[in-house]
Amino acid sequence: METVADLAAALRARKLSSVELTEQTLTRIEAAQQALNAFITVDRDGALAAARAADAAIARGDAPPLAGIPIAHKDVLMTAGLRTTCGSRMLDNFTAPYDAHVVQGLKAAGTVLVGKTNMDEFAMGSSNETSWYGPVRNPWDTRYVPGGSSGGSAASVAARLVPAATGTDTGGSIRQPAALSGVCGLKPTYGICSRYGLIAFASSLDTPGPFARTAEDCALLLNAMAGHDARDSTSIDRPKEDYARKLRQAGGARPLEGLRIGLPREYFGDGVAPDVMSAMETVIADLRKLGATTVDVTLPAVKYSVPVYYVIAPAEASSNLSRFDGVRYGHRATQYRDLTDMYCKTRAEGFGAEVKRRILVGTYVLSHGYYDAYYLKAQQVRRLIADDFQRAFAQCEIILGPTAPTAAFELGAKTDDPVQMYLNDIFTIAGNLTGTPAISIPGGLSHQGLPIGLQLQANYFEEARLLEVAHRFQQATDWHRRAPAFAT
Amino acid sequence: MTRDYEVVIGLETHAQLSTAAKIFSGSSTRFGAAPNTQASAVDIALPGVLPVLNRGAVERAIRFGLAVGGTINTRSVFARKNYFYPDLPKGYQISQYEIPVVQGGGITIVTEAGEKRVRLTRAHLEEDAGKSLHEDFHGMTGIDLNRAGTPLLEIVSEPDLRSAAEAVAYAKTLHSLVMWIGICDGNMQEGSFRCDANVSVRPRGETRLGTRCEIKNLNSFRFLQHAIEFEVRRQIELVEDGGTVVQETRLYDPDRNETRSMRSKEEAHDYRYFPDPDLPPLVIDPAWIERTERDMPELPDAMRERFVASHGISAYEATALTSSPAMARYFEDTVTALGAQHARLAATWILGEVSAALNRAELDIAQAKVSARALAGLLARIVDNTISGKAAKDVFDEMWRRTSSIEVPLTSLGMRATAGSLTAFVDSIIDEKGLRQISDEGAIAKLVDDVLAANAGIVAEYRTGKEKAFNSLVGKVMGASKGKANPAQVNALLKRKLGA
Repeated sequence: METVADLAAALRARKLSSVELTEQTLTRIEAAQQALNAFITVDRDGALAAARAADAAIARGDAPPLAGIPIAHKDVLMTAGLRTTCGSRMLDNFTAPYDAHVVQGLKAAGTVLVGKTNMDEFAMGSSNETSWYGPVRNPWDTRYVPGGSSGGSAASVAARLVPAATGTDTGGSIRQPAALSGVCGLKPTYGICSRYGLIAFASSLDTPGPFARTAEDCALLLNAMAGHDARDSTSIDRPKEDYARKLRQAGGARPLEGLRIGLPREYFGDGVAPDVMSAMETVIADLRKLGATTVDVTLPAVKYSVPVYYVIAPAEASSNLSRFDGVRYGHRATQYRDLTDMYCKTRAEGFGAEVKRRILVGTYVLSHGYYDAYYLKAQQVRRLIADDFQRAFAQCEIILGPTAPTAAFELGAKTDDPVQMYLNDIFTIAGNLTGTPAISIPGGLSHQGLPIGLQLQANYFEEARLLEVAHRFQQATDWHRRAPAFAT
Repeated sequence: MTRDYEVVIGLETHAQLSTAAKIFSGSSTRFGAAPNTQASAVDIALPGVLPVLNRGAVERAIRFGLAVGGTINTRSVFARKNYFYPDLPKGYQISQYEIPVVQGGGITIVTEAGEKRVRLTRAHLEEDAGKSLHEDFHGMTGIDLNRAGTPLLEIVSEPDLRSAAEAVAYAKTLHSLVMWIGICDGNMQEGSFRCDANVSVRPRGETRLGTRCEIKNLNSFRFLQHAIEFEVRRQIELVEDGGTVVQETRLYDPDRNETRSMRSKEEAHDYRYFPDPDLPPLVIDPAWIERTERDMPELPDAMRERFVASHGISAYEATALTSSPAMARYFEDTVTALGAQHARLAATWILGEVSAALNRAELDIAQAKVSARALAGLLARIVDNTISGKAAKDVFDEMWRRTSSIEVPLTSLGMRATAGSLTAFVDSIIDEKGLRQISDEGAIAKLVDDVLAANAGIVAEYRTGKEKAFNSLVGKVMGASKGKANPAQVNALLKRKLGA
């Protein structure tokens, strides 16, 4: 099993060169593309050049911590000189002129950018079926979806194409595909990772974060991604921290002694599949063995999180996506009568159905006469949900539940029913509405042998503790070591 | 025609704030650069870019709030105003909507009718759009985004103005105020200061407001005046003919001197304002307001009152003398050099001869060819009776032609002309022109005696009670002195010698 931590050690010990590792990675990516469609762009030349530079730095002895580690970025992140499409026809021809802050951070840490992963168009979707570049398939069973919107990143880590990838999480877009694809996905506290260079979907919710096979790897990646950025006014200015510091402490037999885990009754109700429910019971028993205790908590306003989200996110999206107007960059219709016709045809051709649906919803809820009833009310309920979490975190350090109510579903199963699709994010959305950190890690297998995700949530800035708890669980269990047959 | 109608006007003014960088990006705001050379990734709204607020723009808004006595909100909110236009790169303008940075306050205007306080509704920060260029592109439109993101303060008045003249007085006062406090360069040709006028009419005595029309983008005081005058006539004629005014946005065409409909209320945009999630609320620490207040210059209102109180000049003169910081400085420098007891003489001269000369030369007071101290040197010679006021005008004109020959070279060498050298300069012109006044009692007495002896007939007329004859004798004496005799002395001597 090749984790980021293992590979970094091997590279540093010169047991492996980054060029070799990168070549293997590129070969795997190319071999899997037909079956998984996980990538939109592969940058072979750029990757090998970066790998050579990493090898040279390692040889000189001045290599940064992640030198030579191949990484894939979700195609929502701007990558200088590389096509950045956001999974949309609108940006099919668009080359980013600058690097997103998190891309910069990971480059500075020495990672080797191998390519851009497929995603739901403009990060709008929970199954990776809305991409202009076609759906991504789940490596555990290619008839199934990998989850979305960061489906390409989740699938490529699950299929062992890359040891790590980035994603963005607006309503669960890191955690839900991590759960459905059987990998780890971390959504940090809002404001910890700069949004500069993240093509905005819903600005008050969008959060960049890492995908990897272990919680430890997520901590190493977060170290490179987090940090204040003056270019993002919502970036939080606080001292740099080492998110892996608690993982290095010796655990002992009961490493979670003293940890109180909250179990919200709302996370274990109707709609949660029986195999997901029993997986959670096993997980809870394992955590108790490690010394944790559990306490029942309640999050009564969380039941409103899906409707609140589907007001706020489309509202912000309808405004954020206005810049794609065919005037300065991206797609422009070739035939049009006048300016209005140019706008209409450009956006009709450039955007897919789900993006249009959300722009329409967002435009409606912000309209004169509807604003108070929808947008303002949604913001008020958002506040109530945040209050629920603060009350719960007074009783516990970690909140536990399933990441999604079911394991992966088949392609096309929910495409005709947007509301059913939206309900797949029922447990992840609250983390975005409140801005609190959460991680999804593998926590079992369904009756069909598909991954089941375990979500752990913590209070603001408690990433180090969150990652420690996930790490202790992974030291004692092996769900994260299970790989799909595809990977072998 | 407006006898039976009351005109109601409110102005929305966009003052471009004089920051070096744009309001949400680091690009330069310099005017006149080649198209799109001052447009960064943020200004052209590339995917993934974010706005970062320029604190210099906020500081200027605070200065404005302090200057107009408004409330500076310690927490205000940036909102997005959504609409599509090719020169609006993000598809929305970042502005302030529900909670602006400044609320309330007012501006005192002075018209021939006297002083009037015009209330302000609010002033808010926002970004400017780019420019659409319709020429030179063969049926296509060019877009220049250099101006996109330039900081603006939109200043909204209450509908307190009752005529085009009041609207112009308000706009001029506001214009001089924003320059006075150093937040706007006031350059109207470059669009740094432009007004939208909301105009309505109602029957005199009616308390409800009539339906208003908004006239957009008036970038000169003359256009403002003409547009309002036209619009008022149009609305009254419409109402008189039994029609109703339709709420709409209109454009003023200066070539035809008329306003034309741009879009009606039904066609108006729904801007879908909502708080910009990319920008946290703007929080202004009260200490920042206090610091800014300490740095504020004396404001024109306060200065005007001080001039009236301590110099005994009229409110009208004081208003003119405080029309710009440079004008006020010129007046104060003149008074300092001349002596405060002669402030009224200085005021009369600055608003008379100096202003006329500036107008003729199309110069600003800061570029006056006769400096304040040189003017004081000249006025001192009126005060000490060396020359008459009339002669002083000749000297002034000569100084205007020549002052640069003494002061400019000294200034460029980093020196100032001494009071002595300025006096010598004034005196040399007086002497060259032979304008020195005759104040010698004996010399004037001799002229008077000669005139009385040569004009026995006029003297006889005077003695029969014809007052006009006295003036005729004064004229003869002045003529005999070639206009140089001190008129007061001539009067006194004549009266004494005629035994009056």
